[in-house]
Amino acid sequence: MNELLNVSASPHVRNKLNTSMIMFMVIVALLPATGFGIYNFGIRAALIVAVCIATCVISEFVYEKIMKLPVTIGDLSAVVTGLLLALNLPSSIPWWIAAIGSVFAIIIVKMLFGGIGQNFMNPALGARCFLLICFTARMTNFTYDGVSTATPLAVLKSGGSVNAWDMLTGFIPGTIGETSVIAIIAGAVILLLVGVIDARIPFSYIITFVLFLVLFAEQGRDPYYITCQLCGGGLMLGAFFMATDYATSPITNLGKIFYGICLGIMTGIFRVFSSSAEGVSYAIIFCNLLVPLIENITLPKCFGRGGEA
Amino acid sequence: MAKLTFKGGIHPFDGKDLSKNKPIVDADATDIMIYPLSQHIGAPANPIVSVGDRVLGNQKIAEANGFVSANIHSSVSGIVKAIEPRRVVGGQMAMSIVIENDHLYEMAPQYNVPHIAALTKEDVIAIVKEAGIIGMGGAGFPTHVKLSPKNPDEIHYIIANCAECEPYLTSDYRRMIENPEMLVAGLKIMLSLFPNARGILAVEDNKPDAIKALREITIDETRIEVKALKTKYPQGSERQLIYATTGRAINSTMLPADAGCIVDNVDTIVAIYHAVIDGLPLTERIVTVTGDAIRFPQNFRVKTGTLYSSLIEAAGGFKDGFPEKIVSGGPMMGRALFDLEVPTTKASSALLCMKKDEVKDSKPSNCINCGMCVEVCPSRLIPSRLADFAEHSDKEKFEKYNGLECVECGSCSYICPAKRQLVQSIGTVRKQVLADKRNKK
Repeated sequence: MNELLNVSASPHVRNKLNTSMIMFMVIVALLPATGFGIYNFGIRAALIVAVCIATCVISEFVYEKIMKLPVTIGDLSAVVTGLLLALNLPSSIPWWIAAIGSVFAIIIVKMLFGGIGQNFMNPALGARCFLLICFTARMTNFTYDGVSTATPLAVLKSGGSVNAWDMLTGFIPGTIGETSVIAIIAGAVILLLVGVIDARIPFSYIITFVLFLVLFAEQGRDPYYITCQLCGGGLMLGAFFMATDYATSPITNLGKIFYGICLGIMTGIFRVFSSSAEGVSYAIIFCNLLVPLIENITLPKCFGRGGEA
Repeated sequence: MAKLTFKGGIHPFDGKDLSKNKPIVDADATDIMIYPLSQHIGAPANPIVSVGDRVLGNQKIAEANGFVSANIHSSVSGIVKAIEPRRVVGGQMAMSIVIENDHLYEMAPQYNVPHIAALTKEDVIAIVKEAGIIGMGGAGFPTHVKLSPKNPDEIHYIIANCAECEPYLTSDYRRMIENPEMLVAGLKIMLSLFPNARGILAVEDNKPDAIKALREITIDETRIEVKALKTKYPQGSERQLIYATTGRAINSTMLPADAGCIVDNVDTIVAIYHAVIDGLPLTERIVTVTGDAIRFPQNFRVKTGTLYSSLIEAAGGFKDGFPEKIVSGGPMMGRALFDLEVPTTKASSALLCMKKDEVKDSKPSNCINCGMCVEVCPSRLIPSRLADFAEHSDKEKFEKYNGLECVECGSCSYICPAKRQLVQSIGTVRKQVLADKRNKK
C-alpha cells in the first residue's frame, strides 16, 4: 500500500478569493472617503477611526475567547464594521461614545446572532442608530471649522440654500466619511469593477429615491434640490457601502432590486415627511428586516423550469 | 453572434498545457487486471466465466443484467483468478472479476460484422449493446439505452460532447486531433438511426485546432455541423450543452430525448465506430495522466482493468516527492483516491496527481451571503441556502428550493470565498431525497 493520500469530495480545486480578501478590498475602497474625512475634519477624525476599529476588533476577539469560539478577527470583517461606524460618526464625538458604539455593533448586533454572515442588521448602522437615540445631542452636533453648524440637508429642510459643489467635493459639515461624494464614488467604482458589490442595490436605491422626490417633495421638480439631496447626508455612503452589506441584503438578483426600491421609498419618506433631515441609516436598518420576506418572494426559477438560462 | 453558452459557470485554471501536445501512446496492461461488474449506471453485470477459466482478449466475461446494464469484456488473455469484492475508484469494495494477465494478448475472434450498409437499425443497437458501450465521459450510462428512445423520429439532434470542460483533461482533445475521422464516422452511424436528426460536434473554443480538424473533414457532410462553444465550466454538462447548442432547456425530470436530443461523449462515439465497423467490444479508452506531481504527463490508450498505479510508472513516476492528492477524473468532478491499486474502468478519463491539496488548505467558515454561488450556478439555484437546508436535513425546504435540479458540477464550492463544502452537502441530501422518492414508489 502507498502512503495514505488525502481524500475529499469534489471539487478538488478552489478559487483563490476568500472572505478576508473581500473585506480587504472593501477597506481599500473606503480609504478615499476615510482619507478625505481626516483631511476635512482634522486629526480628531483619525482618532475616532482608530478607536472604532480597535474596539471592534478587540470586542470580537474577547467575545470569542470568553465563549471559547474560534477567533475570526483574521477575516477583517470587524475592521470593516469599525471603519464604517467611524465614517458614520461626527468627528466631535467623544472617543468613549465611539467605543460604546463599537462594542454594541460587534457584541449585540453581530456576535450574539452568530457572528459574520449571521446578523440580520448592519452592525455599523445598528450601532449608529443606538447612539443617535442614547446620545442625540452629541451625535447631531456637527462642528466644522471650529464652529457648530447645521448640515446642508438640515439647511435645505429649513428652506435655506446650500452649495451643491461643496457637497459634491465634501467640504461641508457631516459625519466623518459621508461628506465627499467624489471620494465615496471612487471607492465604489473599485468594488463594482472587481465584482465585490452588485450594482443592482445602489442603482435601484438611488433611482427610486429620485423618483420619490420628484413625486412627493415640494421642490421635487428642481434639479438643484435633487442634486443636493443625492449628495447630502449618508445616501452615497449608505447606498454603495452599507445597503450592499452581504449578510443583510437579499441573495437573489431580483430581490436586490426590490430591496433597493424599498430603501429608496423609506429614505424618501424619512427625508421628506419626517422631522429629521436624514433618513438613510433608519431606512437601511428597517429594510434589513424585510430581507427574508423579499428573498421568499423572489426565489429564482431554475434552469429547465422557465428560469433564465 | 453571441457565443454559444449558458448562464453562470466558472473559469478555473485549465492545466491542459501539461498534456495537450502529447500524442496518445499505448500503456502496458498490468499482471493483475480487475473488472468491476458495475462500471455503468444500472444493474451490475452477471459474470459468465468461472475461477480457473482461461479467457481471451475481447471475450465477454460478464453479461448485462437487464436492459439498463452493460456487458463487460476482458481486455487481455489470461486466467480468471477470482470473482470477489475488490477496491474500486469510489473507495468501496465492489464485486469484480480478477484476471491474471498472461501477456500473450490472444484475442477472441472479432464479431463477424456485415458491412454497415447491410445493417438494420436494430442490428446497430444490438451491436452497441453487445460491445458493452457506456457513456465514457464519467457517468457511464449504457449507450444502447440512449439509442433506443420511445420515438426515434422525434430525435432532432445528436450532440457529440467534445466540450471537455473539465480542467487538465486532454483525452477527448487528442482523439479529435488524431482520429477525427473515427469520431465523424461514429456520429454518422448514430445519425443513420435517426432520420430526422442533425449531428452537432460541440467543441469549446479553447481547442481551435480540433475545431479546424473536424470542420475540414465534415465540409461535405450536410447533416453534421461543428459548433464552437464558449470555454467555460461546466459547458460539457449535458443540460448546459443541449442549451448552448440547441436553445432547449431540460430539467431533472427530463431526459435529453425529451428535448429531441441524444448526447454522447467523444470516446463513446469512437467506441461505437469500433464496434460497428471493426466488430470490437469496448476494452480500451484514452486516459490522461497529468498534474503538477507527474514527471511526464501523457495521454495513454489504456486497456480497461489496468491498475492506476502502473499508469503513474508509465508517466515517469512522481516528481518532487509524493503528491498530496490523486484524483480519478478531473479536478471539478473527479474522485479522490487513497489507494492506487484500483482498476481503470470504461468511465476513467484521467488520473490527476496534485502536489498541493487545495481543499485541505481551505478551512470552511461562515457563509457571508455574498451570492457568488448564485451567480455561478448553471442550474440557477441558491446553493448557499440549499447547503443550509441540507446541513439541517430540511428535505422539504430543500425540494422547495429546487435542490433536485443540482447537477453537482461543483462551481459553487469552487467559487465560495468562505470555502464552504456546498456541493458536498447538497449532493448528499439530493441523493437521499431521490432515494426516498424511489422507496415510496
